[in-house]
Amino acid sequence: MTTTRRDFLKTTAVASGVSVLGMYLPGLGGEEAHAAGSVHTPNAWVHIADDNTVTLISHMSEMGQGVHTSLPMLIAEELGVDITKVKVATAGANPAYVNGLLGAQITGGSTAIRDAWEKLRIGGAQVRTMLVQAAANKWGVDASTLTAENGVVSGGGKSATYGELAAAAASVPVPKDVKLKDPSQFKVVGKPLQRLDTPSKVNGTAQFGIDAKVPGMVYASIEQTPVIGGKPKSFDAAKAKAMPGVIDVVQIGDGVAVVADSYWHAFKARKTLKVEWDNGAGAGLSTAAMWAGIKDAEKTIKPIKIRPDVGNAQNAINGAAKVLKANYTTQLIAHQPLEPMNFIADVKGDRCELTGPTQFPQGAQGTAAAVLGIKPENVTVTTTFLGGGFGRRIELDFIAQAVQVSKAVGRPVKVLWTREDDMKHDFYRPQGLQRMEAGLDESGKPVGVKFQMTSQSITQRAFGLPKNTLDPFMVEAAVAPYDVANTSHDLIIHDAGLRVGYLRAVSHTMNCFANECFMDELANAAKQDPVEYRLSLLKDARYTNVLKLAAEKAGWGKKLPKGRALGVALMEGYGTYMAQVAEVSVTGGNVKVHKVTVACDPGRMVNPEIVRQQLESGIIYGLSGALYGEITLKDGQVQQNNFNDFRVIRQNESPVIDIVLVESNEKPGGVGEPSTSLIGAAVGNAIFTATGKRVRDFPLASHLKKA
Amino acid sequence: MAISFNLNGSTVTVQAEPDTPLLWVIRDEVGLTGTKFGCGAALCGACTVHLNGSPIRSCQTPVSAVAGKKVATVESLSADNSHPLQKAWVKHQVPQCGYCQSGQLMSATALLAKNKNPSDSDIDAAMSGNLCRCGTYNRIRAAIKDAAAEMRKA
Repeated sequence: MTTTRRDFLKTTAVASGVSVLGMYLPGLGGEEAHAAGSVHTPNAWVHIADDNTVTLISHMSEMGQGVHTSLPMLIAEELGVDITKVKVATAGANPAYVNGLLGAQITGGSTAIRDAWEKLRIGGAQVRTMLVQAAANKWGVDASTLTAENGVVSGGGKSATYGELAAAAASVPVPKDVKLKDPSQFKVVGKPLQRLDTPSKVNGTAQFGIDAKVPGMVYASIEQTPVIGGKPKSFDAAKAKAMPGVIDVVQIGDGVAVVADSYWHAFKARKTLKVEWDNGAGAGLSTAAMWAGIKDAEKTIKPIKIRPDVGNAQNAINGAAKVLKANYTTQLIAHQPLEPMNFIADVKGDRCELTGPTQFPQGAQGTAAAVLGIKPENVTVTTTFLGGGFGRRIELDFIAQAVQVSKAVGRPVKVLWTREDDMKHDFYRPQGLQRMEAGLDESGKPVGVKFQMTSQSITQRAFGLPKNTLDPFMVEAAVAPYDVANTSHDLIIHDAGLRVGYLRAVSHTMNCFANECFMDELANAAKQDPVEYRLSLLKDARYTNVLKLAAEKAGWGKKLPKGRALGVALMEGYGTYMAQVAEVSVTGGNVKVHKVTVACDPGRMVNPEIVRQQLESGIIYGLSGALYGEITLKDGQVQQNNFNDFRVIRQNESPVIDIVLVESNEKPGGVGEPSTSLIGAAVGNAIFTATGKRVRDFPLASHLKKA
Repeated sequence: MAISFNLNGSTVTVQAEPDTPLLWVIRDEVGLTGTKFGCGAALCGACTVHLNGSPIRSCQTPVSAVAGKKVATVESLSADNSHPLQKAWVKHQVPQCGYCQSGQLMSATALLAKNKNPSDSDIDAAMSGNLCRCGTYNRIRAAIKDAAAEMRKA
């Protein structure tokens, strides 16, 4: 790849108004407000109060992926504190917390551990060194004679808690070089510790954005443009204004907001609004027209090379004994985290305080600053727990709305969407079309493979990536791991007309579906077993290892009842190697996924139990989109409303998930997303073996019925 | 108008229009925010509470319908996580984002009140109305069975 994610996000984030900000440490609110005495901040990661309350800062938003446990574990390992006794706070918007892999303060891309792995251990070691030095200064001894663990510095018969030393430590210069423990010495990292956020999530005390309150806060429900990109032309709010609790009705860029003393009052009055809309350029859009546009783009837009051609795929295919061609498609889907979009904005003159669930605090800050025409450093962001993110909360639309409404009414306002608002105003996973072509020699071995993807660039919209530039988020897992002498990989970037967004695993899911189902088609044409066929084409031991492990654990080759079959998929994503085997039955055209066996080599793990949680989560999330979910458009309007017509996996459809984790000393990979991507291909391959029907279009369940 | 009902063992009197969903009365009037808003249409189960011991969707229940009755929310289980289901939820590390878990716990509590030893299909029947977008279903199933075993011993 010519452009790294880091490079272009770094440049474009600045270009889009998210600039370098004044330095301030996260607001000493929330958990820290409970600490007695002064709070000292030796560095950006550790706050210690006089009463020995230690608060570790998570620079990533907790949206279920466990960062409020795994990131503190990294700090605690070197700091020498009992992880069960620390408090955890989410960082405010600040350049100190920029994600080094994305170049902006974003939680996403399965980057948390990869970004934090060294940085947070160094952060913990720095503060430990400063505490030890403070004790050495106080006692007039050499720092090397002292030890620090469990929140206490001791040596020479003396001891002091971190709290007692924190004030002095905060004025010790931050050491430039600290020596980190060898991984063999780890006491915290690598252990399957219980998550620190679990207790608050089983008794109703966890604070999500929807639960947050600020003094004097009022509520807003917004009637939004029915066609994304449209705006209100005029509205009649006479009835709404006469309803109980209503404070005001205000027009904002993309809708009309009813502001009231409670959410219910705002929502009920909103339902009485009469709005005339200017539907804008998207008014004529339909799903069929979007697909037609994609097929047209294949003929009119010059492809970009995903990587330089290897050999000459076309020549190899021309001379092959057998040629296969197949087209795969992925549909529009919505993110649908269970907590509806919401945010609190409190605009006061040239300042703004934001509170809510976001994956992009720095973007929230930049958005409020842009909307209000004020300096970003005048905007504070307090990030709550996120009731799911999946990429939806990287977007800033609902935050801009809250800022506009608060400014209009001069009060702190909580904007809360309905489920229908969320379904109809998402940034959807784009449609994708892959044209696959391969030539096999007499033995069935692939001698040439062509891959061409046509889809929409999210990064052009979200971060201003220039047109005709390779968008790395479109070509993830596009190059399959197999050893083929002649290959070409092409990308056609086409804007199909609907706004699109990063959805868990992004293009990995689309490309893995095409590559891994097509690989099964090749194995079938070669009359070879899909696992054996893959193994014969793999060179990298991390791939072969996970493939063999998954096949063995799943009982690959075992005799199954009629109508039931296994299907396999293999992928590397986010530095994590994974194979999945799905056990599927089809009865009366209905697909049932009974079991998914996973072998995963994610490199070094910070918390293996959280790794397991994430693999399970990704499979269920990916299965919903692979089997059921589909967003369609008519007259520019999204036709789906709620969980009745956007189907997702429920308890009775949840497969057994059997996970084998590979112990590894490789550098850590990301685990939040990769498992999402393989499940569709594994299920698609199992459906073929069970029924003889090759379904090449997501969602599989409805396309199988048409097949 | 003033409406009184029993919430988690205490009588509360709220000022609300009779058609206000119980969900918003509990959250915004009383200030107990453990009960969540997910879909507003009884499709996701995030707002599940008990009405006289039976699980209901509070987003679809007007507050007028609970006058004089007993309502229980997740906060009624225990503040110190000592309820067998809360203990099992912690042991099995069920929650991820956690947003659906109050509703999951209230559906599970109602199930175990009627069925001391639920089978897989009993769990499917009782729990399939509660969505979890983080996909914690298998851990929920294991935790329910564990809690049921614990409660049978007690």
